Amino acid sequence: MSQVNQSKFSVKGVNRRQFLATSAKAGCAMGLLGMGITAVAKQSAQLDPLAIRPPGALSEDDFLSACVRCGLCVEACPYDTLKLARWFEGAATGTPYFTARTIPCEMCEDIPCVKACPSGSLDHELTDIDQSKMGIAVLIDEKNCLNFKGLRCDVCYRVCPLIDDAITLEMQHNNRSDHHAMFLPTVNSDSCTGCGKCEHVCVLEEAAIRVLPAHIALGKTAAHDTYINTEETTLEMLNKGLEL
Amino acid sequence: MSHSKNNTLKKPGFAQAAIDELGWWQAHKFLFLRRLSQVSVFAMFAIGPWFGLWLLKGNLSASELLSVVPLSDPLASLQVLLTGHIPELSLILGAVIIALFYALLGGRVFCSWVCPVNMVTDLASWLRRKMNLPRTSEMPRNLRYYLLALVLILPVLTGMTVWEWVNPVPVLYRAVLFSAGSGLWILAAIFLLDLFISERAWCGHLCPTGALFALLGKASPVKVSAVNAKDCDNCMDCFDVCPERQVLKPALRGQQPMITDSDCTQCGRCIDVCAQRVFQYQNRIALKAENNQ
Repeated sequence: MSQVNQSKFSVKGVNRRQFLATSAKAGCAMGLLGMGITAVAKQSAQLDPLAIRPPGALSEDDFLSACVRCGLCVEACPYDTLKLARWFEGAATGTPYFTARTIPCEMCEDIPCVKACPSGSLDHELTDIDQSKMGIAVLIDEKNCLNFKGLRCDVCYRVCPLIDDAITLEMQHNNRSDHHAMFLPTVNSDSCTGCGKCEHVCVLEEAAIRVLPAHIALGKTAAHDTYINTEETTLEMLNKGLEL
Repeated sequence: MSHSKNNTLKKPGFAQAAIDELGWWQAHKFLFLRRLSQVSVFAMFAIGPWFGLWLLKGNLSASELLSVVPLSDPLASLQVLLTGHIPELSLILGAVIIALFYALLGGRVFCSWVCPVNMVTDLASWLRRKMNLPRTSEMPRNLRYYLLALVLILPVLTGMTVWEWVNPVPVLYRAVLFSAGSGLWILAAIFLLDLFISERAWCGHLCPTGALFALLGKASPVKVSAVNAKDCDNCMDCFDVCPERQVLKPALRGQQPMITDSDCTQCGRCIDVCAQRVFQYQNRIALKAENNQ
């Protein structure tokens, strides 16, 4: 053991062969570990459709690059809306999100959560909360929505911070009674901020209107669509021909 | 002291000499002060959500002192930069402040005086000693630098701060301050790893945060020094308790009294458990100034 290592390559009693062998082993171990945690990260990077990011959040990919998971936005939120995700639920562990059905975003005018964010994963360019796009409300279940049954529930419409803009009531003939009207809550996706107040207050046991992340809620016209500048006409034409 | 039957060693129990010689308090002084420091830092964060006294907001990944001074984990900030995202200035500033602070105070001071994981791994190590578990085969100490390299390469490859999924450092704070307790499995895994598989595995061999702080603290003036190495009676108590026992050898062999290896966490346990008062904290710069006079 006490033999003097005379190799001119030896440093601190480690020769080149040993050095290469240990480096290779450590390198392989790190490669395996890296693949492992990347797999875990990729798998849980998928955002639960009902987990909504705070106002000003970058797109999910960019958000996961930027967020350091410090919780400053959570502590800045005066309404306890925001939570840091736990393992095995909702969003990537430690990142902020909220569940609209539990506590929606109250849309503070000074947007304290965005101001608190040190990483810029909540975009500081957002200064008008009405411009935020946390998600898009979607009236997802027309069958159970009371207004679609001809009743005047209207709760989602009444509570909307951008009433008559983000949600409107569209009058339609009631075919069931044949002489009443139906007032259908209709979300304008250009104005909806995704605050989730409509989902929060929906009187049904399970909400008929839900806030979904924009990438799930919105369709997108194909780039080659020649009607791209007459979108509304196109949609109207299509909708008339479709059985709902 | 009564003779214990299954104690086959000639010497008394661990650190008994120091306790007899210096008293219980002196033999546990820095251990106590470290726990006090770890708990105090945690309390400064916790009194916010608990009592509405906002001294420190956030957690160990990034925080705000008195709503003014940004502080952030250099490792997390580096990862963000390496994903290609340009963060707000406050994150960079916070990382620089923390980096300078620990560069001055001794890099791995973070590990032994602040990091909550240290309490978990110290507990595992204490249990190993109490249960007289045999020595395990040692992993290479420089694995942490490989892991650090991995942690910094993954954001470049994946565009995500992958390490933050499993990073154990912010887990306890997140669990208590943000009621995200399900992440505690990471700490449980580290505890079991340290207790049954390989002693001091996490903090002493693997942790990339510790590795980064070790690099940051290379030039730090604060060091532990074996000023009375000639009094050492080879009782080995410091070796038993030291989380980085390889750093003690050069100092005790008299090559140079100061422990300059930046893997030293400056925990001061060697100072505590030594009946011969071999070790003490020293300030390199002050020492140099004295010698020059």
